[in-house]
Amino acid sequence: MKSPVIAVSGLTKLYGREETEVRAVDQIDLQVDVGDYVAIMGASGSGKSTMMNIIGCLDAPTSGTYRLDGIDVATLPDRELSRIRNQKIGFVFQNFNLIARTSALENVELPLAYAGVGRRERRRRAVEALTRVGLEKRLTHTPAQLSGGQQQRVAIARAIVGSPVMLLADEPTGALDSTSTTEVLDLFDQLSSEGRTLVVITHEDEVADRAKRVLRMRDGRIDSDLRQAPLDGPPPRLSLRREAS
Amino acid sequence: MLSESLRFAWRGVTANKVRSALTMLGVLIGVASVIVLVAAGNGASKSVNATLSSLGTNTLTVSPGAATTTGFGRVRTNQDAAANPIGTLTRPATLSLADADALGDAAAGPAVAAVAAVININSVVASTGSTSHTVASTVATTAEYLAIANDTVSLGRTFTTADDAARSRVVLVGPTIARDLAGGDGSGIINQQIQLNGTPFTVIGILQAKGTTGARDSDDRLITPLTAAQDHLVGYADLSSIAVQARSTDDVEAARAQVETILDNRRHTTATNRDFTVTTSASMLSAASSITSTLTVMLGAIAAISLLVGGIGVMNIMLVTVTERTREIGIRKAIGADKTGIVMQFLIEAVLLSCMGGVAGVTLGVGLAQIEIAGFHAVVSAGSVIVAFGFAVAVGLFFGIYPATRAASLRPIDALRHE
Repeated sequence: MKSPVIAVSGLTKLYGREETEVRAVDQIDLQVDVGDYVAIMGASGSGKSTMMNIIGCLDAPTSGTYRLDGIDVATLPDRELSRIRNQKIGFVFQNFNLIARTSALENVELPLAYAGVGRRERRRRAVEALTRVGLEKRLTHTPAQLSGGQQQRVAIARAIVGSPVMLLADEPTGALDSTSTTEVLDLFDQLSSEGRTLVVITHEDEVADRAKRVLRMRDGRIDSDLRQAPLDGPPPRLSLRREAS
Repeated sequence: MLSESLRFAWRGVTANKVRSALTMLGVLIGVASVIVLVAAGNGASKSVNATLSSLGTNTLTVSPGAATTTGFGRVRTNQDAAANPIGTLTRPATLSLADADALGDAAAGPAVAAVAAVININSVVASTGSTSHTVASTVATTAEYLAIANDTVSLGRTFTTADDAARSRVVLVGPTIARDLAGGDGSGIINQQIQLNGTPFTVIGILQAKGTTGARDSDDRLITPLTAAQDHLVGYADLSSIAVQARSTDDVEAARAQVETILDNRRHTTATNRDFTVTTSASMLSAASSITSTLTVMLGAIAAISLLVGGIGVMNIMLVTVTERTREIGIRKAIGADKTGIVMQFLIEAVLLSCMGGVAGVTLGVGLAQIEIAGFHAVVSAGSVIVAFGFAVAVGLFFGIYPATRAASLRPIDALRHE
């Protein structure tokens, strides 16, 4: 049995002090295994964004432990966290967060550049990742020249290009129309069926329905933990389709 | 990693070309002005030195007045007060023809080769029937002066002791006056009569051209025999100075001592209350070069301030850039850039801006220095180019550090949330 991608215990994050103290995340225990596709749901203020920041190594918990791919990251210094984010996590954000005036190809190359991958290898892998998301004809386009859905696919290519242990998506369809949403979710399904680990933060049922496991948060705690499909099988939508055919 | 930072920084510079160009402009003007002003200072210094050394290295000038007052009259010092109690009349410092004659005494002054009494006359108007010309500099002197001052004629003849003795109204004119009064190359003025303040003088020669020194035209001048000038232009005025030529360059200091001794004896003065000053061309040269080098340093320092201001401009723009690109910084940090990477990117961007401004400034500065302004030919020194450019790069580095570290210390979640 491989070590879980995420192993969290007693995770707590406090904001403010004394009277204004807010427990954004309160004593959470959570384990996400390799190959799982987890949706974390909750209304705003439920603590899911804080959860996402901590899981993404963008913020440190007040107390509790967090092991990412077996590494205790709660106490790592800034420089090490940068390296962990670079190598272990692929981010997909609601508003894409591509670098403006920079081609799709160079955006996708960026994590590899920070990882110190050579130029030629970087180019090859970036083209491969963009082909994987169906944008092989848009390599030199800048974000301004791409539609929202295309931009999000560039972001996904950037997230998978470094072969991270986990894809972490924060409201990935929040800024997309329904067609683009379907495109992106189909892409997630494929990535999941290839065995990648996905964690998606969302408040949309349409997104959560696609996940193998749905966590609902409320007031900083996990309210429910529902498994919709087995860990080692395809995601629910794909298994439905398979059954139908 | 460095080459990556360089690429990112280059992208930052080219992303907003107008703004980058305007930022560079500050550094550009700073660098160019350092180079041009230092070059102008050098040029002025060279031209002053050239003028002074054309006077010859074995000449001395005796001028009235103590050294501290440099010939503008006598300042009453404590020593004077002791020597001349209040109430006695203090004799104004003057030099007379008799002083000049005494200096010519070969027995008392063996190191002195030649002596010429000089009266500088202001406000002489030279005119022919149709044109008139206000002369910048008129020198009334004896025939020895021409040899002492290295003056020759390009056309005609010089005047002689015979002209002086005969009190003949002859005059040597500078090329500027010759051209102005006679037209053409001015050669037609030879042997013509011109009026100097209304008195007719015969032009016997045109002086060799000396060119211009700064804004002053050295060729706008007249030389007349002292006797004729006394008769018709100045009356029996005191001498402005006495020009003395030493036998050789090595004899200059001996000649100075002899001149001082002779005049001290005549005037009953000593080194402490001497009412005249002996200047050698070497001392004038060193005084002039100390003035011009001070001037050069001052001009350079003023220009350096504009370079500093240019650097602050770079810092301002970099701070704006950091604020504007907070989100980009957040993205970069989220996907793996560490502090060093961000610092490098923004620092290199600042240095790139100042370097490019520096290169453009060097080009512009060296180009501008080729233009001759007011007779000065600016001399670009390699040192000023290197210092200006180095300073520009240093300014970029120094003023880039603050924005770069500010960018690097942003927390990724705050930076990502930034709209």
